[in-house]
Amino acid sequence: MNIVVCVKQIPDPADPGALDPETKTLKRDVKLILDESDSYGVEMALQLAGDEGTVSLVSMAPNSEVGGLRTALAMGAESAVLVSDDALKGSDALTTAKVLAAAIAKSSPDLVIAATESSDGYTGTVPEQIAALMDLPSVTFAKEIALDGGTAKVKRQTESGYDSVECPLPCLVSVTAGVVEPRYPSFKGIMAAKAKPVEEVTVADLGLDAGSVGWAGAGQEIVSIEDAPAREAGEVIEDEGDAHERIVAFLDELKVL
Amino acid sequence: MNRNVYFTDELQAIYDQTVTFVENEVVPHGALWEEAGKVPRDVLKRMGALGMFGLRIPESLGGVGLGAIASAAFAEGLGASTFGGFEATTLVHTDMASPHLVHSGDDDQLAEYLPGILTGETITAIAISEPDAGSDVAGVRTTAARDGDGWLINGAKTYITNGVYAELVIVAARTDHDNRYGLSMFLVDRDTEGFEVANKLDKTGWRCSDTAELTFTDCYVPDTKLLGTEHRGFYEVMKNFQNERLVLVCMGVGAAQRAIDMTLDYAQNRKAFGATLYDLGAIRQRLAMRQGELDAVRASMYHCAWLMEQGVDATKEVSGLKAFGAELVNQIMYDCVQFHGGMGYMTETAVERMSRDARILPIGGGATEVMLEEVAKRSYAS
Ligand SMILES: Cc1cc2nc3c(=O)[nH]c(=O)nc-3n(C[C@H](O)[C@H](O)[C@H](O)COP(=O)(O)OP(=O)(O)OC[C@H]3O[C@@H](n4cnc5c(N)ncnc54)[C@H](O)[C@@H]3O)c2cc1C
Repeated sequence: MNIVVCVKQIPDPADPGALDPETKTLKRDVKLILDESDSYGVEMALQLAGDEGTVSLVSMAPNSEVGGLRTALAMGAESAVLVSDDALKGSDALTTAKVLAAAIAKSSPDLVIAATESSDGYTGTVPEQIAALMDLPSVTFAKEIALDGGTAKVKRQTESGYDSVECPLPCLVSVTAGVVEPRYPSFKGIMAAKAKPVEEVTVADLGLDAGSVGWAGAGQEIVSIEDAPAREAGEVIEDEGDAHERIVAFLDELKVL
Repeated sequence: MNRNVYFTDELQAIYDQTVTFVENEVVPHGALWEEAGKVPRDVLKRMGALGMFGLRIPESLGGVGLGAIASAAFAEGLGASTFGGFEATTLVHTDMASPHLVHSGDDDQLAEYLPGILTGETITAIAISEPDAGSDVAGVRTTAARDGDGWLINGAKTYITNGVYAELVIVAARTDHDNRYGLSMFLVDRDTEGFEVANKLDKTGWRCSDTAELTFTDCYVPDTKLLGTEHRGFYEVMKNFQNERLVLVCMGVGAAQRAIDMTLDYAQNRKAFGATLYDLGAIRQRLAMRQGELDAVRASMYHCAWLMEQGVDATKEVSGLKAFGAELVNQIMYDCVQFHGGMGYMTETAVERMSRDARILPIGGGATEVMLEEVAKRSYAS
């Protein structure tokens, strides 16, 4: 079982930096870490691969960044492919998918795992675009994956419960955050990660044309950005014996009861 | 970029990982452990499984094989737990007790004990202090007398961290009565006949760390339990003192940083005199000065760790660090309680507990006055 996990390296949400007013995108020249959304995919992959399978990583990031990859390698992944190229600056979701698809295609995985959406971009479209570009079946919102011969059996989160879906391998599954507990990297894992192979490739190495990626190839434009409206102060209900009735009335008004 | 010149990417990851672990696994539960007077063994075993007990154990023996800088990073990271008792439980095992076995153990002893030490099945304690011998290590009165193929240990130890629940206690006992420094070290298993936990001690702070008074009554151990060279125990004990002092300061620095952060947070939200506490110059300036002092101690502690890794004698530097660092941590805790006002005196407030936990730092592992004598001795030609 050969599993590839797409992992994004993002600015630390605890210290996210700023938006570039010119490009209206997040500045990424700071130290990047493993997107927590992807730690669930890495954990699922490690559990599915067990002792026999292999888990490798694919990431696209500026400045040859490997900080987040090292974390996933320390968790137990075996190797990584990093696509880093100045030409990729300004890439939109579809371009990202094209690049990742080309990087994934370097190996022939039985299963590709991605997160439902990244914590910094939130387009939530890249996994399905990768699947379409690679002509793979895809299952979204997975909360559980089991492998049975050539089939992936997936429990797919829905609003009211879950769907049971079966899908032939190879396929792409995007997983929901919080569905497994990502392991802590062990101290030995952290030391071993240093020696694990990270292959850095450029756009040209992947056989892509620099003019079709980055700002040049973007079919999507961020027109404007605005601050989220400030949160309004809540209403404090002092209990004078009727607090429960007032809370019920309040919820009633919101039509949530 | 790492902000610490002594950190490799891996050491930074070890530090970050330690902080994440204590934030998730210790902070939410520590209050219950304080009441119970112990750290649950399953938590220690989880730490073992993550390799947290093997930083200083050579790779060839199953450990991670790192040096004093890694200990410093680990101890500082543990300090973020805000529970000094948890930090002491861990660091006595990893950096104060088990290193004696690593330094002085023979192959059989290493093979017998290290696997359990790494996993947390075997927690260790170091028993040097006695009712009549603390700062003066050479004043140890517990004796070990030859008895056939082994030794009979008699005496009492006190203030022994991990002493109540440890599986392995490393004991310093007098074997040579003609020489003031004639001590030897012994490996005493918890179920050895004649060895008893006489008392579980009640303390001001470090309340989730178990501290014991131990007695040895004709406690027989075979020759295979002699650790290191007969009569050379004093020097073997001394070998690890710099490391012990270093990590005590490091855990204190980690805790003091958390205390400052929590106090900044409190001061910025607490309204008084039409503004926040933080808007009062006196508070802002004092916290800023404490931050500066803490940053200086942090730099010094990694420098000391680096000196130790170079294999040079850093007794003067480490003693100075222990004296100044432990006192500073207490001053910081005092200020943090002060700026929390009445809230700082309430047991529900973390800095209240942290100020109690900090009080032992200038006493244990070499009192401030003893440390200053070590610096003084090395500062002026006699
Ligand atoms: C919570 C806790 C945990 C501990 N854990 C352990 C453990 O795991 N193993 C272990 O062996 N011990 C342990 N100890 C013991 C600790 O190391 C001793 O308490 C410490 O060494 C001081 O010894 P003492 O208490 O006998 O004080 P004393 O030696 O009686 O000293 C009392 C005071 O006198 C002053 N003083 C002493 N000597 C000098 C000097 N030469 N010059 C100037 N002033 C001096 C200092 O102010 C000192 O604080 C622990 C103690 C505590 C409280």
